[in-house]
Order: sequence, then structure tokens, then C-alpha cells
Amino acid sequence: MPASIIIFLEKCTGCTLCVKACPFGAIHMANKKAVIDMGKCTLCGACVEACKFKAIELKKDAGAKRDLSGYKDVWVFCEQKKGVIQSISFELLGEGKKLAGKLGVKLCAVILGSGMDSKIAELSERGADIIYIVDHPALKSYQDDPYTEVLVKLAEEYKPEIILCGATTIGRSLVSRVAVKIGAGLTADCTGLDIDEKERLLLQTRPAFGGNIMATIITPNHRPQMATVRHKVMKEAEIDKSRKAEVIRKNYPEDVMKSRTRLLDVIEEIEETVNLAEADIIVSGGRGVGGPEGFAMIKELARALNAAVGASRAAVDSDWMPYSHQVGQTGKTVCPKLYIACGISGQIQHLIGMQSSDVIVAINKDPDAPIFKIATYGIVGDIFELVPALTKEFQRLLNK
Amino acid sequence: MDYFLTEQQTMMRDLAKKIADEKIKPVAAHYDETEEFAWPIMKILADSDLFGVYIPEQYGGLGGGIVDMCVVTEELSRACGGIALGYAGTGLGTIPILLYGSEEQKKRFLPDIAKGKRLAAFCITEAGAGSDAGSIKTTARKEGDHYILNGTKQWITNAGEAEVYTVIASTDKTKGTRGASAFIVEKGTKGMDFGKKEKKMGIRASATREVIFTDCRIPAANLLSKEGMGFIIAMKTFDNSRPGVASQAVGIAQGALDHAVEYARTRVQFGQSISNFQGIQHMLADMGTQVEAARALVYATARMVDSGAKSVAKESAMAKLFASDVAMKVTTDAVQIFGGYGYMREYPVEKYMRDAKITQIYEGTSQIQRNVIAANMIKESLKK
Amino acid sequence: MHIIVCIKQVPNTTDVRIDPVTNTLIREGVESVINPFDAYAIEEAVRIKERFSGKVTVLTMGPPQAETALREALSLGCDEAILVSDRKFAGSDTWATSYTLSAAIKKIGAFDVIVCGKQASDGDTAQVGPGISAHLDIPQVTYVKKIVEISATAAKVERMTEEGYDIVETPLPCLFTVVKEINTPRLPSLKGMMRAKSAKPLKWTAEDIGAEPGSLGLDGSPTRVVKIFTPAPRKGGEMLEGDTTDVSKELVELLKDIAIH
Repeated sequence: MPASIIIFLEKCTGCTLCVKACPFGAIHMANKKAVIDMGKCTLCGACVEACKFKAIELKKDAGAKRDLSGYKDVWVFCEQKKGVIQSISFELLGEGKKLAGKLGVKLCAVILGSGMDSKIAELSERGADIIYIVDHPALKSYQDDPYTEVLVKLAEEYKPEIILCGATTIGRSLVSRVAVKIGAGLTADCTGLDIDEKERLLLQTRPAFGGNIMATIITPNHRPQMATVRHKVMKEAEIDKSRKAEVIRKNYPEDVMKSRTRLLDVIEEIEETVNLAEADIIVSGGRGVGGPEGFAMIKELARALNAAVGASRAAVDSDWMPYSHQVGQTGKTVCPKLYIACGISGQIQHLIGMQSSDVIVAINKDPDAPIFKIATYGIVGDIFELVPALTKEFQRLLNK
Repeated sequence: MDYFLTEQQTMMRDLAKKIADEKIKPVAAHYDETEEFAWPIMKILADSDLFGVYIPEQYGGLGGGIVDMCVVTEELSRACGGIALGYAGTGLGTIPILLYGSEEQKKRFLPDIAKGKRLAAFCITEAGAGSDAGSIKTTARKEGDHYILNGTKQWITNAGEAEVYTVIASTDKTKGTRGASAFIVEKGTKGMDFGKKEKKMGIRASATREVIFTDCRIPAANLLSKEGMGFIIAMKTFDNSRPGVASQAVGIAQGALDHAVEYARTRVQFGQSISNFQGIQHMLADMGTQVEAARALVYATARMVDSGAKSVAKESAMAKLFASDVAMKVTTDAVQIFGGYGYMREYPVEKYMRDAKITQIYEGTSQIQRNVIAANMIKESLKK
Repeated sequence: MHIIVCIKQVPNTTDVRIDPVTNTLIREGVESVINPFDAYAIEEAVRIKERFSGKVTVLTMGPPQAETALREALSLGCDEAILVSDRKFAGSDTWATSYTLSAAIKKIGAFDVIVCGKQASDGDTAQVGPGISAHLDIPQVTYVKKIVEISATAAKVERMTEEGYDIVETPLPCLFTVVKEINTPRLPSLKGMMRAKSAKPLKWTAEDIGAEPGSLGLDGSPTRVVKIFTPAPRKGGEMLEGDTTDVSKELVELLKDIAIH
């Protein structure tokens, strides 16, 4: 029987709680009774929880229970670029260790690349019990085809119950394809992971609508349970030099390594040395910065703090900064420890991209700017005075 | 208020509004400051087909009329009266061809104008011939199958940027106004030059220059209608174009009013939003009522023009007079509501006030409009 | 050249507000728009068509109201529009969505390029584009910021990365997901709007696309949403006041620990 949702009209009091609860705008009132627009309904069940009168019933038929007992272990896909393991991988190993502990299974690191043996110690120290290595010249840099094929083959052979991957450009491109090929459930851009120990389910929590709502998602009847995880949310695994992991090396025939696309060149072009997604501190400028010259002072402050430089859409659209620095809905989503917004009014599209930062500082001359509503510390004033003054103070503090 | 626009007119209004909001508003202050001509916006308007709304379909347009032109002009002017003038000025230069052009002339010039490939301009004013348009000094002397133009036109909107110019010149000085004729002159014609760009109070994104003719030879085929029709063509053109200027005025007024309402809502003084104060509320109410009344008059007049009514001189003059006076009043009040902020160039409303002023001056000052209105009223009374 | 562009209708985030009392999304008066990233996909598809001639087919899966999005795409230069709509699709996650769209694409037939926006602004998953290419087993390049060269058989593109970009060559047919930097979408033209108004998008059901019933909607979706909640809204904090030197000193003191890290 397919899934269905029913409203018991005799129980519905027309209280509209469900209308407010529906994140998809699928419920409206007609003759004082709730009506669900099935075109918009995603069967998420938010209304069922909201209804105080038990007037809504959601039947989710999971189909015949499959035997999932053959799947075990928590895998972390460890992303490497130019042979360097990316910090997100250590964050995932840290989180994966907790999950593996709750499930009583092993934590496994999966690494694809060329000449990766030198990384075994590093991954062991970060807590991996098993390291799967696939070493081949074709895997030196990321390419969709061979990476997908290899990860599919590994997962099919060793049957992990969970695969975690960074929500990076590589991670999102790769595991989306893997999940389709192996019929796995995949949840994007998680900010919280936990285990339902009774059901042995991975509880994946992620923001939607630019962080305005949060959803917890499970994969009840498919394995592996796959998730991409946002950068800088989880804590990096502690280093323990005494640890030694079991190493499993896999080789695959040449046709697995074939790529239809060809990587011709890798260009690095970030103006400042710090990558936005990796940065602990971001100094951002908006329309109030006034022009490309104004960004010189923003960069100066960023340098003092060893921070990355961000920009609002207004600043990017005016060509004051390249698009790669744009934070917000049509740019990058960031969550650094500290975000300093200079001359940014705080349009919703910008807030979506940075509102989960730990500490937000806003400097703006308009006391009514929406950015102040979410700022941890706000200063109403002239950025052209305040930013250089702050730079000087930070330089003094950090002896630069 | 619902003006019962057709589906197509509603579509063009929405599209013009989208362009105004997304493309013009963000750059209005920039062009006002630099006084550059907004070619990137003209390109967007061209790609959107809006240049063709009032041009018949057989010449590549959308087959609408003055109402359509007004709908677009109003929406664009809400964002920037200066940039909108690149559009409206092309309309003014095109109307003589629409009204009096031969089939051959229409086929030659209208399709490119409809596509926005070429802008147009209208040249009548001279240093010594402003309100007194009859005293123009520019001459056109016939020589075989050519005319030779000599003289200087002043304060020509779109000059230098436009490629098609309708020029009023005297072919027979002895006949006064009845000796004037209208010609189409293409940019690039030898003997046609442009003076330096004028520095203006408002509508600074629009280009205003002298157009100078020095033994400028144009084919006789470029004469509109026939010799001696120049003054009539000019007057009929203004009868048709004045609703356009009026809609520019309505747009400018509406733009300023929108800012004023928004500001009144968000500005806090004495611990509350200033929109709570009756003094501000009454100002806003008067402004809103005046703008709506002006708009109603403009659309009623534009419809009358499109209906093919024989004489629209009085109504056109009334629409332009009323709408431009409303624009001046409403934009001045908008600055007043903004207070000190309104006077600062960093805020948008003072520009609307500067832009509004020209609508009381060009295409006939408010005083000339009153002359036209009174003259027509007296004439009508005599006929009774 | 036949280009297929996949789009999604989403609520306009500019309008999305949170009810300060109930702390829930206010849906009233929220307009539905084409996913902002898909606007770049449409523009790029139309540009490829303009270079080679051919046609652009725009495809969406959604409720009947999504036809508005298709009409807008037609006014922007797409030639044909297909709405895949069926109550059986309700509850689709990215797996089922990419399955459904790939089934529709198989029904469309031969194509050279599929273009998708990099992600949708409501779900933000970035999984459907790669999912489609996996179902169809064609090469993909994600996060494309520039098409450097394209011929009838291959393309050279720039793929955005965290550090800069990669230059990637791919044979056609293939799938691209595109980022904002790739172009500036045009506005519709009046003639385009009028054509779109009278156009009749094709409407396909689950049966029409020959999809496996078990792979559709909630039943075809490995993932389940078990809880939806609104995070506690971020509260505005402290306003620092005083002259430039004083507030700078105060702020630096407050941020000392983070700055030293």
C-alpha cells in the first residue's frame, strides 16, 4: 500500500495549528476543516505532530522489512587534494568515532588517491580502526567516474551501515552518484548526527529553507545510510599517536578506473590565502564598503586576524570582489567561529549564508539594519573609522 | 486603481516594472552622478521588445498605442526619470514618422526603432525659439533632389546617442510658421555635428546636446509629408507625446511617494514611527490622491489619443500640466517627509525632485500648456 | 543540439519570514518562483542553443502550479516545456526525484546536454543533478562556472572548487550543474512572454514516463523526514556604544579568545 495522509474530519476542529506547522504551505482551511493539497504535501508529518486532536493520520508503509544485518561499520570518505587530507575528514572521523561507539562497530577511513601510503599513520592517529586504501594514478585528483565506481565497489563488497562525507563540492558530487547506484539513502549538508540505539538508525539533522527550519531524517530500510556533513560543525578527532589501524588495500581492474571526463588543469585563485569554507574567521564587506578601494581596508583587517574575506551579493554584483568570495543564498554558506559584517545591511539572502556562525559582529551606520537583529555584537558607526581602528587593535593584540 | 489595461498592456507593465526594479533602480544614482548615458539599460529595453510597444506590427512592433507607451514610461520613470527619457525621447522622435511618414519612410526607419537598434530624437528648440517655436532660424534649402540644412538646434534630448532625428527647419522664411518643414536626418550624415553635453539640474542620465547643421545634405526623400507642414507636424506630435511626458511625471511622483511611505513607516522619532503622526499621514494622503488623479487623467487622455479623436490638444495639455505640477509638488513633499535625509544626495528622494522639475518645462512649459488649454476652450465656446 | 534544462519551483526566500510568536515559517503571501540557481541553467541552455541552433526543452517535476515556472522558462527562450506531475510523486526525496526526472528524460529521447542549477534554494541538497546523471549513466560536471568550448561532441568547462577551479573536458551527452558566476540571466522579452502565454506545456504522469511505481514518491525514497522543527531564532545581542577607540578596544577584548585561537 502506498503512503497516505488522511484528515479525520470529525476530529478536526479547524484550529489551524497544522496550517502553521506545515513547512510546505500544503494545508489550508475550507469550511473550517483542514484540507491537504497533495501537490505540495511531502508527507513529512509535521502536521501530525502539531495536531492536538489526533485528526491527522500519516501511513508510511516502509514495505517489507529488509534484512539489514549484513551491514556494519561507520565509514568516512576522506577527501584529499594534492595528496593532502582535508580537515573536514578529521572532523568526520571525530564524529564517526562517536557514532561507531554507540553502535559498537568499527570506524573506517576510506581514502582514494595516488601514493597515499604516507597518510596511513595520520588516519590511524585520528582514530580509524580500519583504513581502506585504493591507490591508483587515475585517482590522483578527483574525477566523478572512477571515484564513483571505486566507492560503489567498496561499499558493495564490505557493506558499511553508514558512510559520511564532507558537504564539499567533491563530496556532494560524488556521493549523490554513489547513493543512486547502490540504492542508498542520502541526506545532504547535515549539521547534527546521532544514533537511535534501539533501531540502530542514523539520525541526520539538517537545515532547510536557508536554516529557517531544521529537519531530522532517517533511512529506515536501506543501507548504507549516507550523509554529507557541513564543514566546521563537528570537532576534529583528537590525535593519538599510539593508535594503529588495520589497512586494507584494494585494487580494481583498469575499466573501473576509466573516466569519461578528463581533468586538464587545476587552478587556484583565491585572492586571500584563506579558503572561506575552511576559515575560522571571516571578515565580510557589503554595499556600505563603497567600492573596490574600500575592500582594501576589509582585507587589511582580515590579514590581521588571519581571516578569509567575504562579500555580500551587492558587493559582488558591483564587481568589487570576485564571486568566489560571495556569502549568502546564491554564494557560499559559511559557519566560522567569528563573522565580522562590515557595511552589510543583512538582507535575508545574506543571513541565510552566515547566520549559523558562532559569533557575529555587525558594523553598520544604519541603526535599523536587519543585521543587528542577529549580531552577537553590534556597532552603529562609520566602517571607515571603525575597521581601521579594529585592525590596529587586533594587530597590537596579536603582535603583528 | 484599476485602469482596465489589456492583457498585453498588463504584461508590458509588469515587464517594465521588473526592469525598473531589478536593473534601473540599482544604477539610477550612478548615472545621476556620472551623467553618462545608460546604454546597458537601453540594451535591456531593446531586448525586452519594449521599444516596439507603440509601433504597428507590420513594422516589427507590438501594435499598441500611446497608452502602451505611457504604461512603459511610467514604470521606468518610477525608478529613474532620466533613464526613462532615453526611451520616451525616442518615442517623441518616432511619433512624427508614425503620424506623417510615407510607407517607404516607415518601412525604412520603424523596424530598427521597434527593435531598439536605433534610438530617435526630435529637434525643434533653438536658442531663440523655445516657447515661441515659430521663430526657428534653421533653414532647409532645396537643391535638386536634396535639401541643405543649416542652423543649430538646442537642448536636444538623446542628441549624439540617437541615430534617427526628426528636424523642424524652415523651407520658406517668408511664410513664418507655414514655411516650416519636417525632415528625417540620420546620424553620420556629413554636416551634422553635436555640441557638448549640457550639465543639467535633473534627468542627468539623459543626454542633452546641441545638434548643429552646417551645409548638411540630406535626400529629398527624407522630407516628412510636404513642405510647409513642419509646424503642424510639430504641434500634432506634441499632442500625441504630451501624455508620455505626463506619464513620466506620474512615474517620478510615484517613485518619490513610494520612498516617502516606506521611510515614514520605518523612521522613528519621539519613540514611534513617524507614520503614526497625523501631519505625515495627511501629507501622504494628499500625495497619493494627487498622483492617482494625475494618472487617471493621463490614461484617459492617452486612450482618447489612441481612439483617433480629431483634436486632443486641450486634453493632452491638461494631462501634462496637471501631472507635471503634481510631480513637482509630490517630490517636494517627499523630500520634506525625509527631512534632513531628504536633502542629502546619499538618499534617493532629492533626485526625484530635481528630475520632476523638467516635466514642467520641456515639450511646452506649464504656462504654454495653459495657453493651449485656454485657446481651445475659447475656440470651442465660439463654435457653440 | 538538444538541451534539456531541469528546473524547480520554490518559495521565494525573499518573502519567507518567521512568525516571531509561533516561530514557524509564514507561508502566506509567499510567491512561488523559479529556483534562483535554475535561472542560470535556463540562460546557459538558451545560450548554447543560440550558438548551435537546436532546441531547449525545460523539464520540471512538481504540482500543477509549477506550470507557471515552465511558462516563465519559455518566455526566457526555452522552446518546449514538460511538467511531470502525479500525486504518486508526493514525498519524493532526492533519490526518487532524480529517478523520476531521469525517467522523463528517457521518454524525451535523444539529447546532447542536460543543465541543472547547482542546488535548489528550499532543500539546498545539490543531489538531484548528480542523481540524474547517475540514473542515466552519463558523465557529469558539477559547479560549472564557465563553458569554455563546446562542440557537437565534447565540451571544455571550468568547475568551481573551494580553492579556485578545475578545467575539465567531457564528451557529450553529459550533465552540467551550474553556479551563479556562469552568466547574467536575461529578462524575458514581451514577445517571449506572449508566446509563453499561449504555449501548452506537456503534462506527463507516472504512467506516461513508464516509471516503476515502487521507485516513486515516498515509497521510492530511502530517506524519511521524522521531525521538522524551527531552530530557536538567533537573538540580537549587545550593542556597543562609545567613540571609535573605546568600542574598538571593547570589541577586541570580547573577541580576544577567538582571535588568538
